[in-house]
Amino acid sequence: MPRPPASRRAALYGATAPEDAPPGLAAHLLQFGEELRGEGVAVGTSELLDAFEVLREVPWTEAEDFREGLAATLAKSQEDRRIFDLVFDRFFFRAAELAAVREGVAEGGGIDAAGAELNLETLRQEIARALREGNQGQMRDLARLAIAAFGRQGEGSGVIGVDVQRIRRSLGLRAEAQPDLAEEDPRRDGLPRDAIRRFEALLRQELERAQIERTESLPPARPLNELDRALPSGPLQDLAAVHRVVAQLKRRLKTQGQESRGRKRHAHVDVRRTMRASLETGGVPVVLKYKPVRPRRPEIYVLCDVSTSVTSASVFFLSVLHALHDSFRKMRSFVFIERISEVTDVFERERDFKAVSDAISRDAGVADISGYTDYGRVWSEFATLVEDDLHPRATVIVLGDARTNGRDPRADIFATVAARAGRTFWLNPEPRLYWNYGDSVIAAYERYCEAFECWTTGQLEDFVKALTRPVSAR
Amino acid sequence: MAASPQSIDDVAAGLRSVGYLPGESTALVSFLAAKLGKPILVEGPAGVGKTELARALSTYLGRGLVRLQCYEGLDEAKALYEWNYRKQLLRIQAEAEGAGWQEVQDDIFGEEFLLERPLMSAIAAEEPVVLLIDEIDKTDQEFEAMLLELLSDFQISIPELGRFEARTRPIVLLTSNNTRELTEALKRRCLYLWLDYPQLEHELAIVKLHTPDLDDAIARKLVEIIAMVRELDLKKPPSIAESIDWARALLLLGADDIDNEVFVQTMSVIVKHRTDLDVVAERVGMKLPVRAASAGQP
Repeated sequence: MPRPPASRRAALYGATAPEDAPPGLAAHLLQFGEELRGEGVAVGTSELLDAFEVLREVPWTEAEDFREGLAATLAKSQEDRRIFDLVFDRFFFRAAELAAVREGVAEGGGIDAAGAELNLETLRQEIARALREGNQGQMRDLARLAIAAFGRQGEGSGVIGVDVQRIRRSLGLRAEAQPDLAEEDPRRDGLPRDAIRRFEALLRQELERAQIERTESLPPARPLNELDRALPSGPLQDLAAVHRVVAQLKRRLKTQGQESRGRKRHAHVDVRRTMRASLETGGVPVVLKYKPVRPRRPEIYVLCDVSTSVTSASVFFLSVLHALHDSFRKMRSFVFIERISEVTDVFERERDFKAVSDAISRDAGVADISGYTDYGRVWSEFATLVEDDLHPRATVIVLGDARTNGRDPRADIFATVAARAGRTFWLNPEPRLYWNYGDSVIAAYERYCEAFECWTTGQLEDFVKALTRPVSAR
Repeated sequence: MAASPQSIDDVAAGLRSVGYLPGESTALVSFLAAKLGKPILVEGPAGVGKTELARALSTYLGRGLVRLQCYEGLDEAKALYEWNYRKQLLRIQAEAEGAGWQEVQDDIFGEEFLLERPLMSAIAAEEPVVLLIDEIDKTDQEFEAMLLELLSDFQISIPELGRFEARTRPIVLLTSNNTRELTEALKRRCLYLWLDYPQLEHELAIVKLHTPDLDDAIARKLVEIIAMVRELDLKKPPSIAESIDWARALLLLGADDIDNEVFVQTMSVIVKHRTDLDVVAERVGMKLPVRAASAGQP
């Protein structure tokens, strides 16, 4: 097989591997670290040094140990680990393929679909069984068989992703149960979702390998897309994620502003520390030490917009509300559309998220006639409801899009509420780009509170992080 | 006996010999920690054997286990060291006359008056130990910062005494339930190990190790059900410890099969929340055969 000309070879690998890079494992490892950084994994020099140290102990010929050893030093969280695995596969796959292209090695044919009489139905079941058992090695072989049988090499669509899905479909691999299949068919009860994902990844890899062999060139390296990068999670797990973030929120709110207060308004003498301090003066307690004041429980008021303009976000908001109720005892929650309604007792009565959202949509009685949000009315009602209870230790959190439907925003009432409460936050489910367009009047409120863009758990986390910043003088 | 492992397989076999079945990467990372003297940061859901790993390592390596349980508000005085001020006072009073101030001061800030707390005693030990810092995510970031000196250089700076260097190097394990993000600085100093719920076969082996009398078929069914339960969105998914508990409970009850009835009766062993119980009964219990299926047996 003729080797591709040098100029073309240089172009193959893009920026990731310059032709003049020094050979050897060390250089490869550094490149690998560089690629991880490119995908947003924080790999410091000390991590790379650790990785080299690890490689002194772990033979690089043991594929699994090599990978795990690198992972233990380079990927320091579960998300990082996921990206690590993807980049690891991509990097070493490409490196191996590049070497093959340079050396002109071809694997030669693989399995000839026409020659071997493949029983398609048996193959389907074989693959499903391997997926169920999660046998990685077997899956790889079967992926090749599947491509040979269903891939129609040479006349594929040319887009690997499309081919992968077509093969998966013709194999009938689904995560859902397929009750119309035969009793003994392993696909009947549905297959594990992650096994299907892994199999798809193998298919993709094998197809790429075939393509590289055919074209004798590597496709341009591309960054991981968001979908691959994210941890696999269904909508149910999102609820769990919200709960986790809210647990953090609780921690932050509990300690906020207490550091300075604790020392000023002292209460009890700390005998142990006073005695300890007295050693400097020969046992005479000259300097009194005080016990720090225990942080008090924060009080929270949450207002949640449940109107139609935020329908998509309100499930998220309600789950935030639900999680908040798990964490805070002194909390009052309200939902509003045109009018406001207190739902604290609904959350206290019902433990189940679904029951709560049903109860709220059934009998909260927040929409009057039009069903459009009326922020002005909501503020005045809220102010009368809680006027006497608001105090500087209270936190008010508003979840809403600040779209008034052309009605008076009454920012003045909101200002008095914000002035009475210690801190006021606004979580807006719309991207910042849309703020103050159309009937959105967030700017009117933003003067009196801190507004955050918030429609994913990631952004909720940002909000929680922002809470730790010292309170700005407003 | 103080073993020093020579290979990954050594560690794996050693851990197995003390009743801990390590996963693929667990043995590797433990081996690296022993070899390189780096702390391990173990993360994972509750009840996958993070703490147990430290215990198993200490037994296998024949080292003592020093444990520091973290909680909110843990401070230096409880984690590192504290001056024994009572003793210091006594010392001052005993020699109130005669001795000069300088002399007394030099004296009372000696090692004799130091109260060792877990971290201090771990590095001051004559024989190397295994140091377990449990649930590091429960503490504040300030405490993490305090740990950095210990974790990277194995030394503690005491203002009055100077630097206190480790006599022996402990193997350090930090566990975290991932309830908050740990600081980059801490992570950088550690090897990272993510322990997840084990694969089916692995868990089966663990259950069998702890309840060797349990029938194979039941044990397999048990871990399959546990895996099913974990897939549901529960407040608290069952841990490995709970599947072992359940296996023991079944053994005690003399159950010959896990059918719907047995499951509903005993599932409180693995599910600990009222709302979770309903979900599990509905989603998993339904799939199990009812008693009628096995009624043919005497």
